[in-house]
Amino acid sequence: MHRLSFIPGRLLQSIPVVFGVTLLVFFMAHLLPGDPALAILGDKATAARIDALRTQMGLDKPLIVQYGLFLGQLVRGQLGTSLTYQVPVSELVLEAAPVTLSLVFFALVLSLLIGIPLSGIAATKPNGFADLAVRGYTLIGQGMPQFWVGIMLILFLSLKLRLFPVGGYGQTAFDHFYFLFVPALTLAIALSPTMIRSLRSSTINVLGSEYVATARSKGSGGTELFRKHVLRNAVIPTVSILGVNLGYLVGGSIVIEKVFALPGLGSLMLNAIFSRDFPTIQGVTLFVALFVVVVGILTDVIYTLLDPRVNFGSKERE
Amino acid sequence: MSTPTAILAGFQAKRRSARSRSLKPWYQNGSLVAGMIIVGLLVLMAVLAPVIAPYDPIKQDLTATLQSPNALHWLGTDKFGRDVLSRLIWGAQVNLRIGFLAVLIPFVFGSIMGGLAGYFGGWFDAIVMRVVDVFFAFPFYVMVIALVFILGSGEASIYLAIAAVSWVSYAKIVRGEVLVAKKQDYVIAARLSGMSHARVLGRHIGPNVLSQAIIYGMSDIVMDIMAVVTLGYLGLGIAPPTAEWGSMILDGQEFITTLWQQATIPGLIVVVTSLGVSWLGDGLSDMLSPERRK
Repeated sequence: MHRLSFIPGRLLQSIPVVFGVTLLVFFMAHLLPGDPALAILGDKATAARIDALRTQMGLDKPLIVQYGLFLGQLVRGQLGTSLTYQVPVSELVLEAAPVTLSLVFFALVLSLLIGIPLSGIAATKPNGFADLAVRGYTLIGQGMPQFWVGIMLILFLSLKLRLFPVGGYGQTAFDHFYFLFVPALTLAIALSPTMIRSLRSSTINVLGSEYVATARSKGSGGTELFRKHVLRNAVIPTVSILGVNLGYLVGGSIVIEKVFALPGLGSLMLNAIFSRDFPTIQGVTLFVALFVVVVGILTDVIYTLLDPRVNFGSKERE
Repeated sequence: MSTPTAILAGFQAKRRSARSRSLKPWYQNGSLVAGMIIVGLLVLMAVLAPVIAPYDPIKQDLTATLQSPNALHWLGTDKFGRDVLSRLIWGAQVNLRIGFLAVLIPFVFGSIMGGLAGYFGGWFDAIVMRVVDVFFAFPFYVMVIALVFILGSGEASIYLAIAAVSWVSYAKIVRGEVLVAKKQDYVIAARLSGMSHARVLGRHIGPNVLSQAIIYGMSDIVMDIMAVVTLGYLGLGIAPPTAEWGSMILDGQEFITTLWQQATIPGLIVVVTSLGVSWLGDGLSDMLSPERRK
């Protein structure tokens, strides 16, 4: 069987999850106190408009029909209309998503740049001084509120050293890169403890393996050994952790976007919360959750490509 | 800040290393003792807040706003002239209470769901695990923020929102443990001797698998404290004027250029708190690992 032949099955497996996600987001409207149509249109809507939406949502029909109508809209890419801006929520989401996704991707790259060297140093001599220092970093790193790390970085990098702007997103592509550096660093600091823990323990395992001993006996050493023989094998378990954490990074960026005033999904959602713009909250939540499901599938594909031993098709996954 | 997966990964690593550790009395367990001291002092600070706080944490004094640290106000005053040190001390009450209490509902509900799913398997297991997958698709803060919005602000909503998000981790852990335990001889023997499912689960499997959930619960407390602080910072947490560390950081951020202490120090105390709880959790995991009890 081809190694990637698990993909159709994996896609099939995620169908109930996608349905579950839409179901949960659908029920959000029904969990709100009062009439869902009123919640969606807001207090200022006229009785006629509320009635029209009630009919459109099928609020007088059974729940299952309402859910069907909701799904029908979703398939056409309709997430409703924002109460605040009076434009389709899908437009707002598509406008904000690139900011959040660039931030998340940038943070991922930075966390690898922090994590790989630190875990390499720590793993070369377990329980040595460097290892203890790196482990201390992971312990403290886990205990720091992300937004507070962001504020501290603003304090030192932006206000004291004046190296970076205190917030905003800039105009040009280069601006974006420059403006996103400190927010991405903040997220990377939050993610790196997880990554270092995983990389450190897998690197220790790889360093103790026979093929590394063989490579050493053939005269390989230093960074060459690390790059060619250790890194690729040590990174594999980390990929699956990173895949799951991408969803976490998106969640974290919601908070970080507030600290740095970035116009991403987080700001969109928080502003929507304070203006009680329910369709926008629903839209962002749904978009983010579906993104996480897709990333989960992609992670499995990358994992298989990296590790020839993994075969999701032949073996039941736990 | 840590993720559920991060904690799960770290926690599995800890379990492996715990096996090689020797049997030491609890007072020789460094991280346990350090954690107990830190958490003990913080709890003491929270309990004694009415006695040790120099000022009323919510009393405004508009004649003494935005002061730098001085002899009267050791950490200065905020924009309403409230004493920052007093708010810090009183904040321990809210932050520790919610952090520690918020684990209870997800712990109980998640463990029961995971235990039943693992024990009975079949369609029930399949449904529970698909539901777990669905909940895992929502990033923690997206879900908590959306739920706090739906349920309205206030302490009860924070408990419910955290419970709705974090029960899935307990379900996963306990299910995994039960899957292993139900193949063990003592469980098979208990079943063969004619005991009911309820008795086997409650008396035999339960005590053996719960220690892992308890250990995870300790790291979950750190997550919950972070969640409360973060909600406070986002303006979705405990309503002002109650003293709470996250909203103190939000207030302090406004004056970061002149009064840097006001955003920095509440954050530091969060770091110390999580360090203490993490150490306590590490120590407990050494004491509770099944290998030790043999």
